[in-house]
Amino acid sequence: MKQTVPFLIASIAGLLMIAANFFPFSQSWGEVTVKWFDILAAFAFIIGGGNLLKMNLQKVSERKAGWGFALVTVIAFLVTLFVGLGKVGTHPLADHPNHPWAAPYFQDGSSFWWVFNYVYLPLAATMFAMLAFYIASAAFRAFRAKNPEAIILLVVAFIILLGRTSAGLMLTDWIPDNTEWYSYLRAEKLTGVIMDVFNLAGNRAIMIGIALGVVSYSLKIVMGVDRSYLGSD
Amino acid sequence: MKHGCVKIFSFIVFVAVSACGKIVLAAEGEIADVPFFDSSKAWFGILLLIVCGSVVYFIEMARSGKDLKIRKIPGLEAIDEAVGRATEMGKSCLFVPGIQDINDIQTIAGLSVLSHVAGLVAQYDAHLEVPTSRSLVMSTARETVEAAYLSAGRPDAYNEDDIYYLTDEQFGYVAGVQGTMVREEPAACFYMGAFFAESLLLAETGNSIGAIQVAGTAMPSQLPFFVAACDFTLIGEEFFAASAYLSGEPHQIGSLKGQDVGKVIAAVLIVGGCILATLQQFSDSQVFDTAFSFFHDNILGNQGF
Repeated sequence: MKQTVPFLIASIAGLLMIAANFFPFSQSWGEVTVKWFDILAAFAFIIGGGNLLKMNLQKVSERKAGWGFALVTVIAFLVTLFVGLGKVGTHPLADHPNHPWAAPYFQDGSSFWWVFNYVYLPLAATMFAMLAFYIASAAFRAFRAKNPEAIILLVVAFIILLGRTSAGLMLTDWIPDNTEWYSYLRAEKLTGVIMDVFNLAGNRAIMIGIALGVVSYSLKIVMGVDRSYLGSD
Repeated sequence: MKHGCVKIFSFIVFVAVSACGKIVLAAEGEIADVPFFDSSKAWFGILLLIVCGSVVYFIEMARSGKDLKIRKIPGLEAIDEAVGRATEMGKSCLFVPGIQDINDIQTIAGLSVLSHVAGLVAQYDAHLEVPTSRSLVMSTARETVEAAYLSAGRPDAYNEDDIYYLTDEQFGYVAGVQGTMVREEPAACFYMGAFFAESLLLAETGNSIGAIQVAGTAMPSQLPFFVAACDFTLIGEEFFAASAYLSGEPHQIGSLKGQDVGKVIAAVLIVGGCILATLQQFSDSQVFDTAFSFFHDNILGNQGF
């Protein structure tokens, strides 16, 4: 039963989504299915929030490794929840001056807006900025010329890097930009050929494989051939 | 009603209660003729039917006992090795099911791999941690892992707190998982699902702690990052083939054979399209022009029949 009901829901939802794509009169059915999922996901936030609190409070009380971070998480979670739900710092709207609760929780200048813009966004941007350093370290390992394939990868990567920077353009600026074959030795044109011909061909091969994989896997789910993700009965 | 159309009635009903307590009802609506079938997607539907039909055919063929061979996928073979290594080292395994919700097919494919990983972990008496970025994924992953422990005969070893929710926010999730990696130093890291910019952040952290890493995703833009930073990467279709490959069940393997028919169709369309485009370019014949435009606009485009 525990497997059958979720399987039926998944199967019917899958069939409705397929039908919505081909039969215009059933388009709204697909939209309703998506809305149902959104409602379900909204309720699941409560489970997630509860679990977050439980796990982190447990860590703090047992003084497990990293309990200080867990404490920061709990405080941040509760403060954000309080200022968001309580609409702290919001101002009544001009249309509803007597109803301060009518203002949106993310109104400019509200506490939630402040937390989002001055705490969350800088932290997220910091994490994203670290990606540049990780790319450098990964590239250093990947581009080591250990064998012929790695040498090709290194040369191609070098050309692309050159073509995407002003240095590459300056270096090959002396080559005439016309319709002759040698004009393709200009860094930006060479980069374009590599990206639009070789890279695109490889990328499309992967995309075709993915599309077929998605079709086959979706069919297995709709037919109930693969139920490993559903747990036990 | 027009031929081949259906009528759609859509109404909005307004209900209001007047000052004297009377209920007032009003309705506003429209009746529209819409085609029964969207003919612009006719060729797409035919190709989809052929691929789905061949998948079903090969599943049935496998069910009837026909032996089907599939090639070895090193990334999936490495899963056993990775869990074994973690067990020997007395360290944990970390499974990251991507950052998308359960309505993403990649997350479901990732959970199927999780089922296998959890089964191995239960068998070897190792420890598995699954941080999730969506509450529904957490609930589903718990069911999956519990079932795997049960099938391995180790329900006592299952601890639901090992599968926990961190946050929906992309970089908050990455920070949380990186923290776990650096503190607990898992010996095996699995990244199976939909990933975006966080792929390299996670994989490089895993690399820095010396973990054996296996990744699988269908996000083409993230594949190079995983290839560069992980020991094994399941590229696109290999990732979707994982559950069938790992289960070893003949009817699941049949679905992989069905996919091959789709590849043949894709190859025929590519080669046929190239030949037609070349002939149309170099010949004055109207036949090639018509054939190419039919191929381009009808079969691959949205002109229908």
